[in-house]
Amino acid sequence: MFSYCTDPATLEGFQWLSCYLTTGKHMSMYYAFGTVLLLLAITAPTALAFGFAGASAARSNVAPLRWMGKTYIAIVRGIPDIAFFLFFVIALDQAFEYIRHRIKCPDWTEPVRQGNDFVVCTAAKLPLGNAPQWVHETYGFMLAVLTFAIVFGAFAANVLFGAMRAVPKGQLETAEAYGMNRRQTFWRVLVPQMWVYALPGLSNLWMVLIKATPLLFLLGVEDIVYWARELGGAKQPQFTDYPHPDWRMWYFGALLIFYLCFTKVSEVVLDRIMAKLTHGQATTAGERQRKAAA
Amino acid sequence: MSCWETIADYALRSQGIGERLLPRSDFTLCQQFTLIGSGMIWNIYFGVVALCFGFFLATAVAMGKAAQNPLLRKPAEWFIFVFRGSPLFIQFFFAYFVFLSLKNVSPFFDPLTSAWAGALVVLFLNTAAYSGEIFYGALQSIPKGDIEAADAYGLSGWTRFRRVIWPTMLRLAWPAYTNEAIFLFHATTLVFFSGFPATQQRGDALYYANYFADKTFNPFVPYPILAGYFIILTLIVIGLFGLVNSHLNRHLPQDVRKKIKVRPQIIR
Repeated sequence: MFSYCTDPATLEGFQWLSCYLTTGKHMSMYYAFGTVLLLLAITAPTALAFGFAGASAARSNVAPLRWMGKTYIAIVRGIPDIAFFLFFVIALDQAFEYIRHRIKCPDWTEPVRQGNDFVVCTAAKLPLGNAPQWVHETYGFMLAVLTFAIVFGAFAANVLFGAMRAVPKGQLETAEAYGMNRRQTFWRVLVPQMWVYALPGLSNLWMVLIKATPLLFLLGVEDIVYWARELGGAKQPQFTDYPHPDWRMWYFGALLIFYLCFTKVSEVVLDRIMAKLTHGQATTAGERQRKAAA
Repeated sequence: MSCWETIADYALRSQGIGERLLPRSDFTLCQQFTLIGSGMIWNIYFGVVALCFGFFLATAVAMGKAAQNPLLRKPAEWFIFVFRGSPLFIQFFFAYFVFLSLKNVSPFFDPLTSAWAGALVVLFLNTAAYSGEIFYGALQSIPKGDIEAADAYGLSGWTRFRRVIWPTMLRLAWPAYTNEAIFLFHATTLVFFSGFPATQQRGDALYYANYFADKTFNPFVPYPILAGYFIILTLIVIGLFGLVNSHLNRHLPQDVRKKIKVRPQIIR
């Protein structure tokens, strides 16, 4: 990257480090931080949408819908989330390929599961065998996002379901007395008021989501954990211009500090949002704010 | 091969007892149930031991964080912040590589590079930090009257802590602590995916479930089995913690005692 980096063998100390930390592979690692942030940026709203759908289903009048919603919420309580991550990545992939298989090759007679193999016709493969590398990577990433959204959607559904029940009954009764039907009550009274009850749970969830991002590594995405293992490992002089012993400890130390900073910043920001939202609310925190100001 | 033979061969496979080779083809349901169940031994071992030791460190950390003296308070605050603010997955990796380099310093650290000791240390510190925060919150919400009453009875120092503060703290913290215990058991599944090697394929439940899913390319069998085991484990944990909860609240009339509810709002 820098002009003096042409011959790394002659470099010393800080110059060596500055060249070492700007090699192409290190640049890929820095992009991987972007991947993590991108994952968070896409997953958070998607998971919230899943959660909202789940919570609304769980309080539906239609029994099967209610059962589905409640099961969706309940299932994450007892089962480790990593099991879901490992499960959904394969399950979703196979589900997509199976659906495409049924649509694209209707006259295929052999079974899809043959012993230990999962066989679909070539046209149904996802991504197609001749697709460029970036399509494969994007597809893997999208699967990861969907998996995260499903798992954290269940957590979010739980939080939102609790928040919907926390809205004072009087508010809903008043809406009914004004002649609103169920749908109107839900959208005009319940949903706008539930956020303040949901926010503590949702901010906790955001923290949990941040701390779950390294699991991307298990889903086969080249994320920061992958690069830290890759770059930190001992390097022999014959394979690289920058030989060094096993530095994985330092790389993972750096990741640890990155996550600590990230959660700290999130905490501060979420505290501010909470303070804004509780302003003027008839809750304990709102009351405390009012007293402190007075 | 009948199912009984499979159980005899693989029930203790995760501890290195029994058949050496894992099944390689023609996987039966029985094999999957047995091996994944065998792996649960590790999950239970990690969870139980980390919880038992973590409980005491958590109490100490909570007292430290509530202390007036900054020499006690600051380390406790930092300890909690570091372990709660970073992903367990990264902690495992970091710890494993630290232990690896410690190994070069002295053979005394050798056991730490294997999962049974190294991962246990990480889980122990991790749960101590999370429970410490829960206990700290409970300490802060002990009713003022309780402590005043203890003072009025002339209790002080250790007696006051042992008789009044500690039981009240536990009583207030117990529902959240139950939650923490459940999620700690879930966290134990990360151990063998995070640097710590599963020597001779002695892994935990998720390790074997993943093995079967990789080999059969069919996730719809091993993962639901794993899920079933974990649901049972979770129910047992809730049951045991519920017993302790009713013991803690035994002075209250029946209808005032609160049942423990799992509340994933306060997940770790």
